[in-house]
Amino acid sequence: MTDYKTIPTPRKEACMSALTDLSLTEALAKLESREVSSLELTQAHLQQIERYDPQVQAYLTVSADLALEQARAADAARARGESAPLLGAPLAIKDVLSTKGIETTCASKILKGYVPVFNATAVQRLLDAGMVMLGKLNMDEFAMGSSTENSGFFLTRNPWNLDYVPGGSSGGSGAAVAARMALGALGSDTGGSIRLPGSFCNLAALKPSYGRVSRYGLIAYGSSLDQTGPMTRTVEDCARILQVIAGHDPLDSTSSKAPVPNYLDAMRQGVQGLRVGLPKQYFGEGLQREVREAVMQAVEELEAMGASVQDVDLPYSDYALAVYYIIATSEASANLARYDGIRFGLRVEKGDMIATYKATRGAGFGDEVKRRIMLGTYALSAGYYDAWYGKAQAVRTLIKRDFERAFEQVDVLAAAVSPTTAFKFGENSADPLQMYLADILTVPANLAGVCGMSVPCGFDDAGLPIGLQLLAPPMREDTLLRAAYAYEQAHDWHARKPALVS
Amino acid sequence: MHKLSLDEVRAIADLARLTLSEDEVARYAAQLSQILSYFQALQAVDTSDVPPIASVLLAATEDALRADGAPVALSPAEAVANAPQAENNQFKVSAVLDE
Repeated sequence: MTDYKTIPTPRKEACMSALTDLSLTEALAKLESREVSSLELTQAHLQQIERYDPQVQAYLTVSADLALEQARAADAARARGESAPLLGAPLAIKDVLSTKGIETTCASKILKGYVPVFNATAVQRLLDAGMVMLGKLNMDEFAMGSSTENSGFFLTRNPWNLDYVPGGSSGGSGAAVAARMALGALGSDTGGSIRLPGSFCNLAALKPSYGRVSRYGLIAYGSSLDQTGPMTRTVEDCARILQVIAGHDPLDSTSSKAPVPNYLDAMRQGVQGLRVGLPKQYFGEGLQREVREAVMQAVEELEAMGASVQDVDLPYSDYALAVYYIIATSEASANLARYDGIRFGLRVEKGDMIATYKATRGAGFGDEVKRRIMLGTYALSAGYYDAWYGKAQAVRTLIKRDFERAFEQVDVLAAAVSPTTAFKFGENSADPLQMYLADILTVPANLAGVCGMSVPCGFDDAGLPIGLQLLAPPMREDTLLRAAYAYEQAHDWHARKPALVS
Repeated sequence: MHKLSLDEVRAIADLARLTLSEDEVARYAAQLSQILSYFQALQAVDTSDVPPIASVLLAATEDALRADGAPVALSPAEAVANAPQAENNQFKVSAVLDE
């Protein structure tokens, strides 16, 4: 019998950091081989959070007790010979997704203290697959923003440089995964909110096609645009999480019944013969030099691997931002009508019922949320409906047709995620329109319902990550993963680590 | 320039059931005017033969109907668990009718 006391203990810190540096895929292999327990893996992540989150501020809630309990249960299940796709893997969830028994605020003061009595379907599926839930991640309030500066509670910093934003609205998800404070996370994307922080934080981040993942329990912002998706450090990790959360849900009538392919198999098909399109309109003025160069370099490499590359035309691209901000805010103004101080959240009592609604909403919503509710209310109001909302819906048709035509010629589109790399705090926050422009390359995918992804493809001169955006037709996440995986295998961009946690 | 007046902003805030300070009214008037001016470019697009879409889903491709039965629902206690004010498993609101 081994006397464990004689085995020298490795320096604790080095050992723990090695565990948080594992990809989700590597961690699952080590769990499977019993080289590491879920409890060790979970404790390592909780220590990482304790050590770095005071600076990064990615978590709104750390559910440590629950995580340790789930980790012990996962280890016990494995000891009984059970297995599940994510058994014992510590992940974290954007605070836009309802988690039963765990406070869910959407980073809004109006939902402070709200504890859902049910799980979002995407969360439930991760739990059923064996996830250990580390906690809930910060975001722009109600997912409205591109920098996470609009959180009602505090801002989140980019682990690559703490003076810069992590992107938004899933900034907590981006920062937590980049800082090794979770093996992966769920984000949500209404106009780029998964891909943008994915790009700013050097992650593989996938926005599924509209209808691919259930929206049940995803707190609504723009119902015709919202999707939940994975944010991870490798493409394979992304595929593993997507495999679990994708598929029809009777609780969401907009979720698709299309069969879910085996993404891990599809991912390894290579890019030989893949037709890649470069949308002319996405490479115009205002693209940061390093971003343009890194994206073009990535496309050339896909070509060298056997893909063919051609220019494609998406003529209505210039209108996408306006269409998006009219449709998204119109839907938001209706969706956020439910926050009236009656059924959940904040209530500010003030005379009669209407006065109470107004006082509650005036006090509970932050600046950007009010702005978007106002914009949407205006676009839907009598006398303006046809000129704004109706017009935007018609141009949305034209944008969707642009993509349909492009995907007759090519299998996947390649572009930048955002015209620039991460920006500094305060740089865009005084000018809402300037902030909206960060989404100019991501919103078309949501309007057309296609799937999209950000993959690390380099760094700018300041050392900030650059993301390659890939777009594929509805329900063709397999194509995205195939292109992304082939590219990733030839590079180590994704394996680089922020100096903060090195 | 698509300019919103302060009164228009107050009227929108009333429709949206938002109490705004006078500072907010002034700020939103300027910001919303700027944003709407940018969006005005849409008016140049010819959409005379283009149908609007509210969702990318084609109605025909997805049959979202289910059997007409009572699904699993929340208990009354769960339903009011997050209410700022509740009594006897019911949401409590101010009187909406005068005496």
